[in-house]
Amino acid sequence: MGSTNSTLLKIPNVEVLMQETGFSPAHIIRLHDRFKALDKEGRGHLCPHDFGAIKELAMNPIGDRIIGAFFSPGKETVDFHTFVKILAHFRPVDKDRPKEPNSPEPINSRSNKLKFAFQLYDQDKDGKISRDELLQVLRAMLGMQVTDEQLESIADRTIQEADLDRDDTISFEEFRKSLEKINIDHKMSIRFLR
Amino acid sequence: MAFLQQFALLLALLIIFSTSCKTAMLEVDSAEVGLNYSLKSSATENISTSTNDSTGGHGSSTITTLPIVIWKWHHVETPYLVALWILTCWLCKLVAELNHNITSVIPESGLLIMMGFILGGIVWGADKAQTFKLIPVNFFYYLLPQIVLDASYCMPNKLFFSNLGAILVHAVIGTCWNAGTVGIALWGCYEGGAMGNLNIGLLQFLLFGALMSAVDPVAVIAVFEEVHVNEVLYILVFGESLLNDGVTVVLYNVFDAFVSLGGPKINAAEIIKGIISFFVVSFGGSFLGVVFAVLISMLTRVTKNVQVIEAGFIIVLGYLSYLTAEMLSLSAILSITFCGVCCQKYITANMDEKSVTTLRYVLKVMANGSETMIFVFLGLSAIDQNIWVWNTGFILLTILFIVIFRFMGVFFLNWLLNQSRLIPIDLTDQFVMGYGGLRGAVAYGLAASLDEKKIPEKNLMLGTTLIVVYFTVILQGITMKPLVQWLKVKKATQSDLTLNGKMNNRVFEHVLTAMEDICGRMGDNWWTRHWNYFEDKYVCWLLMTSDARKHKDPIFGVFHKLNLEDAKKYVNEGESKGSLAFIRNYDNASVDFKKQLALEYADIMPDIMNDMSEYDFGIDNVPVTSVMKNPLPSVSLNVHELDRKSMLNDLSAHHLLDQHLYKSRRDNRPTYSRSHYNTSENPDEMQEIFQRTMRSRLESFKSAKMGVNPAKKLSKHPKKDSTHKPNGKPADPHRTHPYGDEDFEFSADSASSSEIAGHFPRRNTNAPGAGVDNPTANNMAVAPSQTAQGRLPWTPTNLRHLAPLRMSTRSTDSFAMADASVDDEAPEEKSGSHHTRL
Repeated sequence: MGSTNSTLLKIPNVEVLMQETGFSPAHIIRLHDRFKALDKEGRGHLCPHDFGAIKELAMNPIGDRIIGAFFSPGKETVDFHTFVKILAHFRPVDKDRPKEPNSPEPINSRSNKLKFAFQLYDQDKDGKISRDELLQVLRAMLGMQVTDEQLESIADRTIQEADLDRDDTISFEEFRKSLEKINIDHKMSIRFLR
Repeated sequence: MAFLQQFALLLALLIIFSTSCKTAMLEVDSAEVGLNYSLKSSATENISTSTNDSTGGHGSSTITTLPIVIWKWHHVETPYLVALWILTCWLCKLVAELNHNITSVIPESGLLIMMGFILGGIVWGADKAQTFKLIPVNFFYYLLPQIVLDASYCMPNKLFFSNLGAILVHAVIGTCWNAGTVGIALWGCYEGGAMGNLNIGLLQFLLFGALMSAVDPVAVIAVFEEVHVNEVLYILVFGESLLNDGVTVVLYNVFDAFVSLGGPKINAAEIIKGIISFFVVSFGGSFLGVVFAVLISMLTRVTKNVQVIEAGFIIVLGYLSYLTAEMLSLSAILSITFCGVCCQKYITANMDEKSVTTLRYVLKVMANGSETMIFVFLGLSAIDQNIWVWNTGFILLTILFIVIFRFMGVFFLNWLLNQSRLIPIDLTDQFVMGYGGLRGAVAYGLAASLDEKKIPEKNLMLGTTLIVVYFTVILQGITMKPLVQWLKVKKATQSDLTLNGKMNNRVFEHVLTAMEDICGRMGDNWWTRHWNYFEDKYVCWLLMTSDARKHKDPIFGVFHKLNLEDAKKYVNEGESKGSLAFIRNYDNASVDFKKQLALEYADIMPDIMNDMSEYDFGIDNVPVTSVMKNPLPSVSLNVHELDRKSMLNDLSAHHLLDQHLYKSRRDNRPTYSRSHYNTSENPDEMQEIFQRTMRSRLESFKSAKMGVNPAKKLSKHPKKDSTHKPNGKPADPHRTHPYGDEDFEFSADSASSSEIAGHFPRRNTNAPGAGVDNPTANNMAVAPSQTAQGRLPWTPTNLRHLAPLRMSTRSTDSFAMADASVDDEAPEEKSGSHHTRL
């Protein structure tokens, strides 16, 4: 445990981080190791190209968007705290942990998970998924299998489905409504982060 | 209720008839009296030929005079009885299903068993002996395969594979646990003296435990489907009970071999051999099933020309996979299970939609029919007085142990699984899983095939099995539903099919894999993704037709399905409102009307055409109006209102027809064919139609893009333009385009016709100047038209995909269009006429 503690001590504000994210020390250490491995130049923060170096991520059709989600607007780097906080979105919801009445909403709550997904679409951060934004995601995911015409009609139809106020865009509220029946806790959780 | 009584009477008559026929047949050996589904069995063929000989068939006896008709009962006896019994069993089901008050309390399987009791009583009354029973050979070769094939073919595939680990743990370890513990516990009690004096050793007890561990998929699934339990619980129980049957048979065979080997000869080596054989048999069987699945999938790639029997291939090959596994002494049930599960995706993609539906229904008919027969015969078996060797201790202890150990096994394994599950299986679900361990026909079949020479107490075991089956199916079956409701087991969320859901699921998958990559761990998603990648690249290439590969994307699949639904709704609505004009056209996408007639109509009475749309059903040649306002792209739900509007620009319509009406090359051909459903579909025609449409659209698009059109077209079609002016609309360049192309695109808001729509902002077409250089148009603006050009030879199916879609977008949009002035519909009218080219 000595080494564990010493690693933990090296991370500033680790207590706060654990409190906020709900990760156990073991998780934090594992993530920290990974963080250091990704940070090849040892700057203490990650740049987009550090993520780009992950081979599998390059294959991911929406990989660049996901990488983008790590960087808050205008920033070119991500430090360990932000890194962990982003990953904390994917911690499974633990039911047995007592809920403190006054505690802020945990990062891995349903609506935070949804927000994360939402911002992957909403690249211009106007709080709405426009048709073009949707189309870009769809094109990335569906690739060459469907024609552009089909793609566009799919996008239109998708918007129609969710668009309640008929403004041809999907707001977050509409986004949440459209996914009401889907078990987000299940779909947006990673087992080993439990 | 009088009706019900009549049915009962009818049934009784049938039984008496068949039994009396049977008793009249004294020369038939009573050993073969068992119900023989002899159609395929060579053994029973021999029997029937022998009976033919013995009774002197028509050929052998010398005749003195020419008989006009003769009574040839012996010729048809076996198949006749089989058919009669099938009919009887199915009528039983009919009777059982008559009263919904009863079926809502007692599950169908239980009711059928009770019907079997009644039938058995009638047979007993008529015959004073059990003349009909289910013999294991028939059960395993002619009744079981289709049930398993159906169950596995209809298995929710993705759910199954994502829970495969848990299912396998329950099916393999759970079954072995049940078999072992029940056998040993019974043996312990026997040694302790709880059962008096029996001639059973430990091995026989283990064998009995093995056959008792077969959980029946049929009974429990029926209940689960009725109450809609959550899908994880459903798939766990369903998958487990299906695979468990296979495992049980393997286990049974291993123990059977041990029993025939005899206690003293069993040493460590033999036990190890037994374990190895267990794994070889089950995994070999599964592997064989996968091989057959590959074969089937590859076969369906090339069956396009024999569509009529396409569905039959699957059934026959599935059956062959069963028999082959049996021949190689591998697990037949596992083989056919994996065959069904694995081939499902590919054959659904490869085969025609009709064949897929056919296959599904045929399988359902066969499986349901077999199930019915099995349960009725399970009930019927109760009248065999030979098997009723009563031993209170043995029977009660068996029931007690199978329930207790089942629960213990389920709870323990779930606890183990929950250690690593993302979503743990909660306690109520576990309880229901345990309670869902109904024993059914497989247990009975195995018990019935015990060898009396090796197991002296066979009849006791058989009787006990029957009692256990009755106990679990009827008692647990009845209590299952209230229990599920009382425990408030999580119900399945009735999720509608939505594009949003499907699309976001995909996004989530990508996000999760990305996060796993970032964390540098190989999680579940890593495996999923790599399998998907592999499947995309190699498996689909091998097993799917190229057409199917293009359309296999699930998002597109959902889209297609939704559109089809919309189209159906749309047609229904149109029918109820009485505007059917378009429907004919929709039904057979290729319009083989007579060009002459069409032109004539267009010439003489363009005005009438609209009115005709509601009256022209009697005319044999496809109604011109329906062609005129070609339904597919431009229709809206209020098309009949549009119909009534007089067409404002007859002239342009005429012109249009003249220029673009597809000139049909052939007259109606005879449409009847024994082996093909739809000869009228002609790809060439469709292609040409499409090409023409595309060409003209491209032309019109180009001119629109150049911005040269307004003045020119205005002069060409003054009338058309005049229709706009009253609306006070600015003379938008697109609006004035010939043939109403743009008008259609925008007014219909159709995304599918996006080779043009892609360039222009939707909805703001009325804004002056919005058009040629649109700032909001995405950078792909030009690409679509080019791709469209390059892809001209579309298949008819593609056109079909587009068709409902346009309607759907349009129909939903009618809300959005509400603010648009009514006059706005005039251009739509034109757009309708424009599409006569199709």
